[in-house]
Amino acid sequence: MSNPYKISNFVRIRDQRIFHGEKKLFSCEEATHLKRFLKESYKFLNISYPKFHKMDALCKLGILAAEVLFKNMEIPTDTALVFSNSASSLETDKKHKILMEATVSPAVFVYTLPNIVLGEISIKHKLQSENAFFISDKFNAGLLADYSEILLDTSKADAVVCGWIEWKNAEYDVFLCLISKEGEVSFSEENLEELYRFENE
Amino acid sequence: MSDLRTRLKQSIIEQLNLEEFEVEDIANDEALFGDGLGLDSIDALELIVLLEKEYGIKLTEPQQGKEIFISIDKMAEYIEAHRTK
Amino acid sequence: MEKGIAITGMGIISSIGNNVEENYNALCFGQHGISFPEILKTRHTNLPVGEIKISNEELVKKLGLPKNHAFTRAALLGSIAGKEAIFQAGITEAELKETGFISGNSVGGIDKTEEYFQEFAKNAEIRRFIKAQHPGFTTGQISNYLKIHGFVTTISTACSSSANAIMLGARMIKAGKLKRVIVGGTDCLTKFTLNGFNSLMILSSENCKPFDECRSGLNLGEGAAYLVLEADEYIAGKQVLGRITGYGNANDAFHQTASSETGEGAFLAMKKALKSSGISSNKINYINAHGTATRNNDLSESRAIQRVFDEIIPEFSSVKAFTGHTLAAAGAIEAVYSLLSLKNNQIFPNLNFSSEMKETGLQPVLGLTSKNMDYVLSNSFGFGGNCTSLIFRRDEK
Repeated sequence: MSNPYKISNFVRIRDQRIFHGEKKLFSCEEATHLKRFLKESYKFLNISYPKFHKMDALCKLGILAAEVLFKNMEIPTDTALVFSNSASSLETDKKHKILMEATVSPAVFVYTLPNIVLGEISIKHKLQSENAFFISDKFNAGLLADYSEILLDTSKADAVVCGWIEWKNAEYDVFLCLISKEGEVSFSEENLEELYRFENE
Repeated sequence: MSDLRTRLKQSIIEQLNLEEFEVEDIANDEALFGDGLGLDSIDALELIVLLEKEYGIKLTEPQQGKEIFISIDKMAEYIEAHRTK
Repeated sequence: MEKGIAITGMGIISSIGNNVEENYNALCFGQHGISFPEILKTRHTNLPVGEIKISNEELVKKLGLPKNHAFTRAALLGSIAGKEAIFQAGITEAELKETGFISGNSVGGIDKTEEYFQEFAKNAEIRRFIKAQHPGFTTGQISNYLKIHGFVTTISTACSSSANAIMLGARMIKAGKLKRVIVGGTDCLTKFTLNGFNSLMILSSENCKPFDECRSGLNLGEGAAYLVLEADEYIAGKQVLGRITGYGNANDAFHQTASSETGEGAFLAMKKALKSSGISSNKINYINAHGTATRNNDLSESRAIQRVFDEIIPEFSSVKAFTGHTLAAAGAIEAVYSLLSLKNNQIFPNLNFSSEMKETGLQPVLGLTSKNMDYVLSNSFGFGGNCTSLIFRRDEK
């Protein structure tokens, strides 16, 4: 199974650290609380986007990851977004559920869908491209590789950002790859799997 | 009078997660939507919730909000005239 | 090599019927399924919904499930619709082993979490429902019940979920990755969504009026529908209900929940679908519109339709006044209706309409209308700006 596409770039966010490719870009060991880590990362990446503060953590993670991935590059307008996770929007669902007992918050309810993160990234980076969000038990490299390849093969997209974006309890795990014709690493199920498993240190 | 305005600003900053704003940054006559604070339609819905929760004012149409959420001054005037708590 | 995609089976359950035939009859006779909630235990008893008046216990009985099952309502509804689709397509148990299943779902088993949340701690017997909240678990339950053991996945892109499931299935067949796949979606009414949509102030207190000047919001609904898609070389003389010839998905990139004024995402999705179908816009005989009856969607969608079709706008209608907005299931439910339109050369009416929107002057189809049709376009748009258009074609033979 070979194709002309490459994993041009990737971003990894977990355990208070952000990796851009294999390079550690930012770490904030003292930010043991997700909220604090998200805020410190926002400051570090020098993002000026007040809407960020209104988002739930899943969307914040997505905005941070996209910022790293798209840094210093011109994003092809037809860059499809193919994301997946296991917990869907569980944490925000729980919050909405609790608020429902007293007063529902519309600003919380709008984040009770996992694909809102695709919308937030699309709004921020002006992407009107194809989006998909899959719910899988665990990271499924085969599914992401198949779907991304079909999109690129049929010219439905010039590039694809595919990967995993999970937020459950206090844990978070983000792995997004930019797939295009540029780069060194071949785009294959095996390589996706390996990069996802990659642990620095 | 001005207490209501200050409290309103505090609740808005808190409720709408306006992290980059302090009470002093919001002028009483400044536009809340559009160029001013840059609020959007979901914020407007949150303000409707806020009016009900804190002042016992129930709006049934999102349209009504548009005429009230113009500025802190306008909101305060409306609250003073209609509050039930 | 690109493969042709045939639809050889379909199944459905909604507030207007428990199978394809009942749904068809209700559509023909203009019998809507909007009522006040009875099965869903909510304090919002004044909000009309498209509720299926069958309790979970009765659904369990219909499916013959064991006593200790962990099926939530969405899984029950999905199993009923999936069973009908498989039966019609005549797929054998051996074939099911390598058949794919792609299901769109947004609420998962939240209904059971709502019911049992307080009890989980003290009642061990019901703890089997804890894991059932997960949308992926819902899909797993349905695929196990139907004995499908191929590629199984869940798509969650809000109200376009099942339309996207259909699109993904079609693509996987076309690319030769699957021979046969069952695609669609399921969602049930929950307090979670009813309260949430209510907080967005987009629920109508009366029966919804799609595309009407005086529309005042949507009615939530529930249901499930699935299609059986097969690659041409495997259908061996089966009856073909129709074909999927085009699909397009685009992001509106405007707002978390609202659509842009010009309907940019909807416009792009319809354009892409036409392009992938290889037809010009004048080939479309009927548009099964998303038409939720919110102020925002109907205007935005109308503008997008005007932009795509220019002067000659085909007949269009929204069936949401029959079923309510069934969220993740809507795309698949309306795919079944689109195929019924093609099969019977009939356009189903847009109920409760009385006056055109002043911004567009567009009038949907108001009564059951006969028309020879080759192509139907169906729209499904979701929160997060996710817009999908599908094009179905009559089978030529």
